[in-house]
Amino acid sequence: MTKPRDALIDPLFNNNPIALQVLGICSALAVTTRMDTALVMSVAVVAVLLGSNFFVSALREQIPTNIRIIVQLTIIASLVIVVDQVLKAYLFELSKQLSVFVGLIITNCIIMGRAEAFAMQNPPRLSLIDGLGNGLGYGLILMVTALIRELFGSGALFGATVLPLASEGGWYTPNGLMVLSPAAFFIIGFLIWALRTWKPEQVEAD
Amino acid sequence: MQGSAVYNLVFAAIICVACAIVVSSSAVTLRDRQHANQMLDMQRNVLVAAGLAGTDESLTAEEIAERFAPIRQVVVDRRTGEESDTDPLGFDGRLAAADPDTSEEAPDNNAGLMRVADEALVYELAGADGELDLVVLPVHGLGLWGILYGFVAIDADLQTIRGLTYYEHKETPGLGGEVDNPRWKALWDGRKAFGPDGTPEIEVIKGLAGPPADDPHRVDGLAGATMTSRGVTNMLRFWLDAEGFGPYLDRLRREGVAG
Repeated sequence: MTKPRDALIDPLFNNNPIALQVLGICSALAVTTRMDTALVMSVAVVAVLLGSNFFVSALREQIPTNIRIIVQLTIIASLVIVVDQVLKAYLFELSKQLSVFVGLIITNCIIMGRAEAFAMQNPPRLSLIDGLGNGLGYGLILMVTALIRELFGSGALFGATVLPLASEGGWYTPNGLMVLSPAAFFIIGFLIWALRTWKPEQVEAD
Repeated sequence: MQGSAVYNLVFAAIICVACAIVVSSSAVTLRDRQHANQMLDMQRNVLVAAGLAGTDESLTAEEIAERFAPIRQVVVDRRTGEESDTDPLGFDGRLAAADPDTSEEAPDNNAGLMRVADEALVYELAGADGELDLVVLPVHGLGLWGILYGFVAIDADLQTIRGLTYYEHKETPGLGGEVDNPRWKALWDGRKAFGPDGTPEIEVIKGLAGPPADDPHRVDGLAGATMTSRGVTNMLRFWLDAEGFGPYLDRLRREGVAG
């Protein structure tokens, strides 16, 4: 039986959904050019993960095995639509920038993966903690990636100028690669490398 | 009981109804707020198209209202170009285009339009001297994935484009989605909408166009977004021509606002 503490802490470094399981990469590429969009996306994913893990876990004895995937997907899709509606009502500008990627949380493998791998076997409270842990693990990588991309790509953090741009009279010439999707691939690759140097047990056997 | 077909059906039905209730109640309770956001966003986009607000400028609701003050909203009849009695405040161009009573089947067009509304809401901006400075016209048409909705601002000479901005589209981020790119949008300022014979000649080309002075009718294409670029050309040509805002622009010309 998983301990609550492990369910929360493990997904941050030891079993990170992006860095170790390499799930949810698509959205990690798309929303990490700026820290504010990355933060909103992380919060949205945490909210959906909490909800989906909780409901799937609460219903795990009742969900018929042969239609369990579609039931999980229905729950996840409903939660994502609600989150999308809330963003459109309260964070309109950011929701416009996130555009389709909020809706695409439905297809984020982390959420489906946690519902199927954890919430179907564990009680609701523990599943909530697992959802929070995995959401934070996802958010952690997103925020670090966005920090590097926004700082070196636009010379700013959360939209506030940190490195004055040469085009606006400052001294910093932004790295154009950072605002393109491949930059996120490189950064996440380096993060995985760093993490595996720190924790060699994560390296797969050849 | 678990595992029987009846149980599965009943369980699936309950889940569907429960989820439907959650989704629809969130949609209904948040609708007013979302609508208010969309209205503000629309006004902001009119301001951006008219050059009264920067593309990336963040504005409060009050600032938007203040800058919107010199803009006169007018509902015009698409076919005659005359002002209509319809109240501009409640006017929704999309509802009008969907309602058979206020729209007609679209004439032959390549902008992907099925129906067009009989009336349209346009925005007339007066300059400091009270003379017309520019008009902002709503345009929409098919891109690659769906309809793009935007505004084009035309100078009081009724020939020079002052800006083009889209407030809603479903184009691919990074490719067709670059219609939102401020640098691309800046290319529109100063282009000429009409050729010597008065028909719209503005075109988004493949590749690079020259500066407005040398290459007045052409704008750089969006790399990797041929369909979106073509869609922009087609919708502008439709809406600026006789079936679109042609009669309205003709009326303004007759009334001599250009002089």
